[in-house]
Amino acid sequence: MLAVEAFRATDPATFEETWSTDSIVAITGGAYRRAYLGSLQLSVITAVIGGVLGLALAIAILQTRRNLLLRRLVLTASGVLANFGGIPLAFAFLATIGTQGVVTVLLQDTLGLGLGEFRLASMTGLALVYLYFLIPLMVLTITPALEALRPQWREAADNLGASGWQYWRYVGGPVLAPPVIGATMLLFASAFAAYATARALVGSSVPLVTLQIANALSSNVVVGSENLGKALALGMVALIGLVMAFYAWVQRRTQRWLQ
Amino acid sequence: MTTLTGVAGAGSVAPETPVRRGRRRAGAWRFVILVVLGLYFLIPIGASVVFTVRDRGRGGVTLEHYAAIPGAEGFADAFTRSLLLAGLTVVLALALMVPTVLLVELRLRRLRTAVELLTLMPLVLPPIALVVGVRSVLAWAPDYFLNTPLAEAFFALQEPALPWILVFVYVILALPFVYRALDAGVRGADLSTLTEAARNLGASWPRVLFSVVLPVLRTSVLNASFITIALVLGEFTVAAILGFETFPTWIVRISGSLPQLSVAVSVLSLLVTWMLLLLISALDRRRGTKESS
Repeated sequence: MLAVEAFRATDPATFEETWSTDSIVAITGGAYRRAYLGSLQLSVITAVIGGVLGLALAIAILQTRRNLLLRRLVLTASGVLANFGGIPLAFAFLATIGTQGVVTVLLQDTLGLGLGEFRLASMTGLALVYLYFLIPLMVLTITPALEALRPQWREAADNLGASGWQYWRYVGGPVLAPPVIGATMLLFASAFAAYATARALVGSSVPLVTLQIANALSSNVVVGSENLGKALALGMVALIGLVMAFYAWVQRRTQRWLQ
Repeated sequence: MTTLTGVAGAGSVAPETPVRRGRRRAGAWRFVILVVLGLYFLIPIGASVVFTVRDRGRGGVTLEHYAAIPGAEGFADAFTRSLLLAGLTVVLALALMVPTVLLVELRLRRLRTAVELLTLMPLVLPPIALVVGVRSVLAWAPDYFLNTPLAEAFFALQEPALPWILVFVYVILALPFVYRALDAGVRGADLSTLTEAARNLGASWPRVLFSVVLPVLRTSVLNASFITIALVLGEFTVAAILGFETFPTWIVRISGSLPQLSVAVSVLSLLVTWMLLLLISALDRRRGTKESS
């Protein structure tokens, strides 16, 4: 434990060197600003879509009372797919809807139109790929919370004459809000930090912070680019810290409401 | 059916599902979600398999890309290195976390929240930010400590044949999963009673650890190991930025010249990872049924 702590404590110390330099200023403008915005945009969109779809899927499988096999299958598959980020995922999608992908070629041969304007190496393409591991992650993190939602509450609401909407508005929603927000934040952090998938899919044609950091670190041409990389990484950590602080604040507020 | 609804419906007589008009439609909505997402998740996997087995020249099915994997240039090196790293990471992570979890459970309960938060850190901290920090620490060796034993140690950590530095970083990345797996096991078992009993009977602490604690935590330790192995075998960011060749970085390197081979290797590595994770869930289920019966 001590070894780990010592190791981790060194990180801020090394970032500190760059505080006084121009790097911090440099990363707030130009291509780096675009990279931050691109990363934020991609992460927010995928986190929200992944959160909604994952929640829908989790509700769908938990409500199927008759089909336990399906439920177990989906949960196990989610456990597997949530860990299926990175390189293999990127190649699976390249083989499917890349320029020579099986589905692309199939569409071209049968319909003669291919995938139209769609490119895998774009924001939309990346979002499509990210959702592949974000949706299962949502299912995994939200299922315990959904299971804690007692069927008796629904029955009580029904008996008191509440409509389905009223049940979700006054009972299910408030109870579920904190875990749902928390899980969505986790998706955001996960999408924000993803590097391997993006690297294998797009090289550096899409502005993303992680790609910019890697570029800054590997470039030997620009003097001081190493410091730029550090500053960019520090910016990422700061953003994640903000998100976590917001999450803690939301969590406290909702807990106060529930009391 | 009975096992899962047994607890929830124990008190009620489970009447016919109350008939509401909305429920029927909800069924259709559920069906659509399941089918659409099912297709979304199955198509890429199916397509990758098709991509690797179809024969471009003559049509038909071929397995040549899978057969070419073991002989591919660099594969053996990269793969054995990744396996070795995985093994070392598992050993180190367990050696670090088993005593920590035990200490927290038995002696320092008030530290539980702190330790929990600390182990969750790597989950939200982007690995790429972590690796930037690691890189700058490694840069100290030539900058400040040249010609000292410390610099030698730093250089030894970065030996390309077996980069120990990766092991240390992977231990950090694996912390959340290892801690959670072990913590679940500790909570399920009444460890303080067991260890007190063992101590009263005159067992030494190492003896308690190896003959009492580890057997009780067997499933959790296995869980933690499998997840760690899966993580290390698939990790790309850290290895790529630090410039070491492991299994994933090797796949990326060859993907330009041998696209079908790289997809074939991806499919295989997926299968291996799935096997590991399915094994975990099978173990979980067995433990679950054992405890409930």
